[in-house]
Amino acid sequence: MNQPLTTADVERSLAGLATSAPPHLADQVLVATGVADQVATVAGPIGPLRIVFGRRGVSACVPDAHWPDHLAHHVGRPVVEVDALPPRLAAQVERAFDTGKLGNLPVDLETLSDFQRTVLRKAAEIPPGEVRPYGWVAREIGKPGAVRAVGSALNKNPVPVLIPCHRVSRSDGHLGEYAYGPEMKRDLLAAEGLDPDVVETLADRRIRYVGSDTTGIYCHPTCRAARRITPPHRVEFRSESAAEDAGYRPCKVCRPAA
Amino acid sequence: MNRSDAMGDLAHRLARDLDAAFPDFVRALQDRVYSGVLRLTRRRGEAEEITQEAFVRAYRALERYPAEQVRSLALQPWLWTIALNLCRNRARSQSRRPTEVELRDHDDQAPDRTEDEAIAVSDDEWRRRLETLTEPVRAAVVLRHVVGLGYEEIAEILERPAGTVKSDVHRGITRLRTLLDEEGVRP
Repeated sequence: MNQPLTTADVERSLAGLATSAPPHLADQVLVATGVADQVATVAGPIGPLRIVFGRRGVSACVPDAHWPDHLAHHVGRPVVEVDALPPRLAAQVERAFDTGKLGNLPVDLETLSDFQRTVLRKAAEIPPGEVRPYGWVAREIGKPGAVRAVGSALNKNPVPVLIPCHRVSRSDGHLGEYAYGPEMKRDLLAAEGLDPDVVETLADRRIRYVGSDTTGIYCHPTCRAARRITPPHRVEFRSESAAEDAGYRPCKVCRPAA
Repeated sequence: MNRSDAMGDLAHRLARDLDAAFPDFVRALQDRVYSGVLRLTRRRGEAEEITQEAFVRAYRALERYPAEQVRSLALQPWLWTIALNLCRNRARSQSRRPTEVELRDHDDQAPDRTEDEAIAVSDDEWRRRLETLTEPVRAAVVLRHVVGLGYEEIAEILERPAGTVKSDVHRGITRLRTLLDEEGVRP
């Protein structure tokens, strides 16, 4: 049966050439245009973390155990999984974990309000192994009345661990809540060399500041200057006014404020 | 919703929120663009690069266009003008580098290597047949019968009268039928 081909046969053959695009093509386009971010898992200070990044830097950091539940909350963009961070970013993230400081790591806080950004940038200044109360952040950014707003801005930190909202305590000195649970906050601080029980015990005793009777300076209890005070010279205060009344002046490093 | 209504709706969504709608734009058109580009270039890897680049350029253009212009875009023909330009540029730069070793792109995840080989042979056969057509005829045939665009859309993309496109497609199909007949291909 050697029937010659018809035009319709040729057209059918051509239609049969329609195929699917390679599986990763759409993802690659979305990443190249910045419409999608990428995510890779890295070893964090107390366990694996998902680092989400885009053109403007790290846009989210989520504990592996909470991925992807918290994602919608943090990133408005689709996310494409990759095996590893690009080398430069990987080095910056590693250095941030090692030093407990952001350093030159770019973070993308674009979707946040100016106020939230200001709060987070301030929290990023708190040295590793130290804590400051919400009220300190509020006063430092020139909004002493915005203590609650500071708390909610920190709670929405898209890049926890990297921006150390775990170093901000309640105004009564207790470590308080954390977006991923109070245990994680304690663990992060412990990994930085701070004993969370010591902080909680002081808060229980309502001690907010400690001073040195040799220098006449008072500090937040976890300030590195305060931790150098030897027990015989250590004086405890329950308020700024108590310290001021005793003739002490505030530390210029930790700038105490409740 | 038929296809052109769906594209019109997509254009409106792109105008409203580019980043939110762009993933749907890519997903809606990637198979058709890739299928067409694949028959107008020399390798699967090349077709993938060109398809990707066409979408990236489309995004950059959509970013610049005022919302009114985006809303009124005929998305598919517009995207094809970008993709076809990339195909032509690629062909030009290759004609300046005459001997290029044909490297086959193997997908590591492909379960069956012989299936890969069969696809590669079929790709080569179709490339050889389609390359016997002149450029505008080949583009018209591919856009009409592989991609499934209408004559009016193709006329817009190729900037030729619809009547010319129609006779080009007819001539191309006749030529391909002769080739296939000579090869002994049967229905």
